[in-house]
Amino acid sequence: MRPLRKLLDRFEPHFDQGGRFEKYRALYEMVDTLFYSPPDVARHAPHVRDSTDLKRVMWLVVVAVVPCTLFAMWNTGHQAALSMQQLGLDQPLGWQGRLIGALEVSVEPVSVGANILVGALYFVPIYAVTILAGGFWEVLFAGIRNHEINEGFFVTSILYALILPATTPLWQVALGISFGVVIAKEAFGGTGKNFMNPALAGRAFLYFAYPVEMSGDAVWTPVDGVTGATPLAVAAESGVTGVVDQGITWMDAFLGPIQGSLGETSALACLLGGAFLIYSGIASWRIIAGVFAGMVATAFLFNAIGSNTNPMFAMPWHWHLVLGGFAFGMVFMATDPVTACVTNAGRWVFGLLVGFLTVVIRVVNIALPEGIMLAILFANIFAPTIDHLVVRNNVRRRIRRNA
Amino acid sequence: MSGYVELFIQSVFVENLALTFFLGMCTFLAVSKRIETAFGLGAAVIVVQAITVPTNNLLYRFVIEPGALSWAGLENVDLSFLGLVAYIGVIAAMVQILEMTLDRYFPRLFNALGIFLPLITVNCAILGGTLFMAQRSYTFAESVVYGIGSGTGWALAVVALAGVREKLKYSDVPAGLQGLGIAFIIVGLMSLGFMAFSGIQL
Repeated sequence: MRPLRKLLDRFEPHFDQGGRFEKYRALYEMVDTLFYSPPDVARHAPHVRDSTDLKRVMWLVVVAVVPCTLFAMWNTGHQAALSMQQLGLDQPLGWQGRLIGALEVSVEPVSVGANILVGALYFVPIYAVTILAGGFWEVLFAGIRNHEINEGFFVTSILYALILPATTPLWQVALGISFGVVIAKEAFGGTGKNFMNPALAGRAFLYFAYPVEMSGDAVWTPVDGVTGATPLAVAAESGVTGVVDQGITWMDAFLGPIQGSLGETSALACLLGGAFLIYSGIASWRIIAGVFAGMVATAFLFNAIGSNTNPMFAMPWHWHLVLGGFAFGMVFMATDPVTACVTNAGRWVFGLLVGFLTVVIRVVNIALPEGIMLAILFANIFAPTIDHLVVRNNVRRRIRRNA
Repeated sequence: MSGYVELFIQSVFVENLALTFFLGMCTFLAVSKRIETAFGLGAAVIVVQAITVPTNNLLYRFVIEPGALSWAGLENVDLSFLGLVAYIGVIAAMVQILEMTLDRYFPRLFNALGIFLPLITVNCAILGGTLFMAQRSYTFAESVVYGIGSGTGWALAVVALAGVREKLKYSDVPAGLQGLGIAFIIVGLMSLGFMAFSGIQL
């Protein structure tokens, strides 16, 4: 590692004040602190000393997303291979298909390597565009506004890429992350200053601006002519029996080889990431438990109410958990420490609200198939107010106690 | 009964006066800097809305609606051109009465609401609620539910906006966007969140 340090040290003066690349100081810092702990630490009294810092925290989140990412690539390829087998095609959609044809890879549903290769051909461009477009805005704002570039963007970008359909046009990917980063984050001053999850805001922006490319039956699998609804959409149509009739068991939905946005399909991968986040103390277990409890309670409530016309009323909670993006949102999106509540009681309320709203939207909102995205955005709006009420109640209780 | 529940939810979330119709924006943006005052203003709007919409409903059905004066033997009289003036008059009068009542019997609440009560007279969310009521020809019971619901929706939105703006005291908004600029962006993002309810059918 010595030569790297020396190299970085040699470049540093250029980025100092008065140096040639003074404006790009943020870029230098980003690279430097990626490899080494920042040299300037707070040395005086009121600071907690800890071996971790924001950068390490963000990297741990990225580590927690790894199972989802790997699964996303395999599943995208797997779904494509399945559909191609069904339709008798030998190439998936777009230049990826031609490349695979040129490489003479035979795409079989059972071949793990080929599946991951195909999936990567769709996931990596989306992720790369996310990094490039979002990174451009990050660097621009960091340079002009003189704040540092934060690893938080890596978290935002990977989460954003994982909740898109595999066939999203790349220009839309760029547009969505630009909206998320600029409007939902940088307009408020960057990492830690925003009130709404930037990845979700970008995704919601795309959802409402380009519904054709973001929802429906044809966007989930990158094979020409495939119309496969996500199991959640099937459930909205004909209930859990409809899903099971398609040959999808609960175990399938739990493990994840089903249709859906890139990284959301495997509840298992999400829960693995969630276990890691809770173990490392990064995600608040209260939020996750709150979302889960809210979802279970609301599902039972709708089960009890029942309906003759709407099969979603009868969907049991363990299906709510594994279908759609619920697990992904619960683990990675709702727990965003910036946009969720910060008081412990508030976290419970926040989580319960998200879980409750998700099921409400899924069951009674005909226009939207999935609820977790907007449920979290809605809860984000109310998070500061919930915190405020919690603090105020606490103050009042203590005044009463000491009166 | 379920029809009323549906109307209530519809008026609070789906057709939120502030975030889907952008009514009452001036007060919405001006009086959302602190949560506590936003609570006061929200409560005042709920009360005023719950009183004026049903009152205007009676006025609409028995005086203003075309043919509404049939109970007085005047079947062919159409006073609907007087609607706007009449509603505003009722709102102003109701707010005045409410103010005097609060001043006399609930001085603490009166002081807490302070300037917001008279301000509400000119809040377009209040008039908007009444006009929607007239346009959709609600029955009296429906107008009570709609009045409370639309007021609650507006109150919810203004409290949430105040919460976000209080949190933003710790943020670092670019100089050009500070104040109203960022408030507009927040309101836009809040509307995005409220899209969660567009399409709810009970």
